[in-house]
Amino acid sequence: MSEKVKKRPISTRRRFFTDLAYATGLGLMGGLLWAGYTQKAKSSPLTLRPPAALDEEDFLKSCIKCGLCAEACYNRPSNIDRDSGRPRPSTLKMAKAEDSVTIGTPFFKPRDVPCYMCDDIPCVTICPTGALDIKSVTNPKTKELDFTMMDMGLAVVDSNSCIAFWGLQCDACYRACPLLDKAIRLEYDKNERTGKHAFLKPVVDMNHCTGCGMCEKACVTEKPAIFVLPKEIALGKPGDHYVKGWDKKDQQRVKQRIGKDITTHDKRSAKKPEDYLNRGVEY
Amino acid sequence: MKWSNIKYLILRRFVQISLLFLYFMGNAYGWSILKGDLSTSLLFGKVPLSDPFALLQIFATGAMVGVNVLVGAGLIALFYGLIGGRAFCSWVCPVNMITDLAAWLRRKLLIDKIERKVWISRNLRYYIVVLALIVSAISGLAAFEVISPITIFNRGVAFTTIYNGEIILGFGSGVGLLVAIFLFDLFAVKNGWCGHICPLGAVHSVIGSRNIFRVKHTSENCTLCMKCKVVCPEVEVLSMIGKRSEFVAGKECTNCGRCVDVCDDEALGFSIRDLNKKS
Repeated sequence: MSEKVKKRPISTRRRFFTDLAYATGLGLMGGLLWAGYTQKAKSSPLTLRPPAALDEEDFLKSCIKCGLCAEACYNRPSNIDRDSGRPRPSTLKMAKAEDSVTIGTPFFKPRDVPCYMCDDIPCVTICPTGALDIKSVTNPKTKELDFTMMDMGLAVVDSNSCIAFWGLQCDACYRACPLLDKAIRLEYDKNERTGKHAFLKPVVDMNHCTGCGMCEKACVTEKPAIFVLPKEIALGKPGDHYVKGWDKKDQQRVKQRIGKDITTHDKRSAKKPEDYLNRGVEY
Repeated sequence: MKWSNIKYLILRRFVQISLLFLYFMGNAYGWSILKGDLSTSLLFGKVPLSDPFALLQIFATGAMVGVNVLVGAGLIALFYGLIGGRAFCSWVCPVNMITDLAAWLRRKLLIDKIERKVWISRNLRYYIVVLALIVSAISGLAAFEVISPITIFNRGVAFTTIYNGEIILGFGSGVGLLVAIFLFDLFAVKNGWCGHICPLGAVHSVIGSRNIFRVKHTSENCTLCMKCKVVCPEVEVLSMIGKRSEFVAGKECTNCGRCVDVCDDEALGFSIRDLNKKS
């Protein structure tokens, strides 16, 4: 083409579409990067939250990261070290960037400082957003705060490294438990190896354990043999199709499921057994 | 240096550092004057104060929130909306000390003169506000709050404790972000963070756009020395200098008073703006 292409000023319509593409493109770029980081920042599945925290997903949505719970914990009147007369370190800490917990959110590590389960639960009553839900620790009958309703996690015993399971006498976790004989009880067993000694094995009851971590703090092994995990991590789930035939409550559960399908649906279940059993067999 | 040339600068630093000090004492020694941090505080153990932008992000995630935080955000919006304008940015926000230092060094080291032009629109921050809300809605986590250098700085001070003579810092590796912002403002873009990017500043610009407490220019006194334009972090708002006697009306003005400080001709000063009157 010999003819020179004439330079034209960009039309308003063209300009509009170019601007639109420009804004969308840059917005998408920033948004994707940002959302990627935010999603990553969210994933901290092994975190123990303060008492009465909502489910992790909802907790992360509503926590404003003000730290009032951590301050209430640190500054509660009873939190005085007897020797120094100064406050003890706070149970609740505010996550820093390197803590592998969503930054700025409160959490605790029982091996460092466990939750002492105060009667007045100051961390929960001060929460301004409701990320710590006061209802979940209020007795529905008496309308009073009930620290035994806390549900921060569940203590798990590693029977391999727990020395009580070796046959040594240790009941440190049992003694430390604020709900002694409920959340942790000792199971007696015969020591067949020696023939004359007893095992005193600590067993955790998930219906009572609040996950306060006093046991983890008290555990005498180098790395604690009893430790608190969030319930979503510590507990399995048998699925709805297993029913305890001897348990009236569980029977009730099945009856209440009317309307919901509990049969398994997969590739095979589409056909009846007669359709595929003995197929291709000559008689 | 005359007191009248640094009056507002010193006052601002005093307010910024006092607030950090009160937050620190609130946690470490249980003082009840100011507890919490900049996202939500309790004043005298009673009055809640909340960051409206943090609350907006929480709404974007779809969460329900308690009454206290709503009241707190309302109080803050009311105060800045009526009186303070965008004063949060220059009187409260701790990151302002970092970016002001960078801007000062830029002038001293003559970096402004040798700068390669990196141009970012000053409106970018408003788009970032929208983006923050969208990302919050998608990811279910207040998106700016997990990267905000303001709260990282603020929490770093507020949650530093002293235990048995040992200082346990509230700062983590998030400090790196503060250094990055300092370097960005120093070498990349003049007033880069506060003037172009920070969405919290953008939200405060909008909240404080109709306040009464503003800088007023008297062009009859102006000698066109342009000292004010050199120090102003949001230099567009000073477009009337030497031309018209009027209030600084731009919503981006942070009421920092630096222009008032450096003016030797009494051409700039704080005054009460009558919004009903067209000036």
